[in-house]
Amino acid sequence: MPNVVVSAKNLSLTFETNDGPVHALSEIDLDIKKGEFVSFIGPSGCGKTTFLRVIADLEKPTGGDISVNGMSPEEARMSRAYGYVFQAASLQPWRTIEKNIALPLEIMGHSKAEQNKRVEDVLKLVDLDNFGKKYPWQLSGGMQQRASIARALAFDADLLLMDEPFGALDEIVRDHLNEQLLKLWETTNKTICFVTHSIPEAVYLSTKIVVMSPRPGRVADVIESTLPKGRPLDIRESDEFLKIAHRVRDGLRAGHSYDE
Amino acid sequence: MSKTGKTIPVLTVLAVIVAIWYASVVWMNAPFEYDQAERAKTNPPAFSQLVKNTMAQKRPVLPAPHQVVAEIYKTTVLKKITSKRSLIYHAWITLSTTLLGFIIGTALGIALAVGIVHNKAMDKSVMPWVITSQTIPILAIAPMIIVVLNAAGIQGLLPKALISTYLSFFPVVVGMVKGLRSPDSAQLDLMHTYNSAASQTFWKLRWPSSMPYLFTSLKIAVAASLVGAIVGEMPTGAIAGLGARLLAGSYYGQTVQIWSALFVAAALAASLVFLVDFAQRVMMRRMGEKPEGARV
Repeated sequence: MPNVVVSAKNLSLTFETNDGPVHALSEIDLDIKKGEFVSFIGPSGCGKTTFLRVIADLEKPTGGDISVNGMSPEEARMSRAYGYVFQAASLQPWRTIEKNIALPLEIMGHSKAEQNKRVEDVLKLVDLDNFGKKYPWQLSGGMQQRASIARALAFDADLLLMDEPFGALDEIVRDHLNEQLLKLWETTNKTICFVTHSIPEAVYLSTKIVVMSPRPGRVADVIESTLPKGRPLDIRESDEFLKIAHRVRDGLRAGHSYDE
Repeated sequence: MSKTGKTIPVLTVLAVIVAIWYASVVWMNAPFEYDQAERAKTNPPAFSQLVKNTMAQKRPVLPAPHQVVAEIYKTTVLKKITSKRSLIYHAWITLSTTLLGFIIGTALGIALAVGIVHNKAMDKSVMPWVITSQTIPILAIAPMIIVVLNAAGIQGLLPKALISTYLSFFPVVVGMVKGLRSPDSAQLDLMHTYNSAASQTFWKLRWPSSMPYLFTSLKIAVAASLVGAIVGEMPTGAIAGLGARLLAGSYYGQTVQIWSALFVAAALAASLVFLVDFAQRVMMRRMGEKPEGARV
């Protein structure tokens, strides 16, 4: 299966805590194909972030199998197969935006000239051309998050893992960044795994929506989006969009007990 | 509040202290004047004469501020700095001990902190001893260090500097352990996703993150180092240094000498702390710190 980037089979992860075991992930079966934009949506505790962290080798599964680019997550991490974007921009305050983006390149041992070229390229990609020399505190929250996306893109991994990257931003900035992210995805042809709380965000961005439910964290529904690839923002008022959003909402409701 | 806004409050407090000091001078030195009058079988001096006398005693219980200032002026500006009676000479001896001890203490503190942060066994075993070391009174340990090292043939600056080290490494260890652990889990995870080597994570994340902590510790350490140097000079047979001046002054009842040595020591400590603070400002500006009051 050369086209499958992430493949999980019967994957489970149990955290041992003082209050007994917590089943963060249970019997996850999922394939993510090359070039897909996959959103993970679900209430807190459904394991969507944990699943992303398993792909990134930041957590070790306790059962089942997972492969990333046909390798184990650890091998994939060592071969720098993915870029990870956290909810907080996590820029280093003592580095300029340029230097922040160059950080992974420095660690991976790229030459100075190569670093400069790549930094310049990705800054353009996220529309921050003129902000390279600024320090993080001089940028707004949305711009900081764009810089952190640029940093994840800089070393040209084919897989982009994004953990609620726009969760802390206001809706207007969020809309704008969603639009930009879609464009970026189209031009770079990357595979994106995107964790979110927001139904409109998930439907607007994704080619595939994975609805998850908590206790134990498992996949409740997988929805293949029928929306076309080029998506203007007002596609969100179309009937098709609303139909998919409805199905996502149903999936969330089915998996979520409101008695708790 | 701006910097200029502090000048008047600080000067007001200073004026109050000086006033209390002068009042204390009269009050504490007066018994001696009454004694003198009684021995000479004369009437006790009138109040205005008493005030004048108490401020001009040769060995007052409490010297007047202007006496101390005059003594400092006499023993700094008017003496050649090579003279054994020059306070600058003694201050230099103490300063060199302080700086040597401070440098060794800082290096030792950082090395221990790096070990504690990176090695579980060291984390468990070293930290309790570091804390215990500071519960032992330095005054009890200082003479032993001098004597033991002297027996081993080590003399001069180093034994005294080691006492400074003993006091100054502690704040550096504590501050640096905290500083090197200050990066949050997202930043550490990020380095992990880059498959960064431990040394790269150290130099590109932990070390720069710890800088504010380091400088805060250094300010405490440099002042502690000076205390260590002065304590270290006391059991060395009182040859040279501000500590020696203090001790000699107390042997011979030279209170003016004690007070002037004390003031020079205080000025030295203040300058050292100021210098570290200045270095911190320069460093933080170079690390792109957000200036105070800056707007985005």
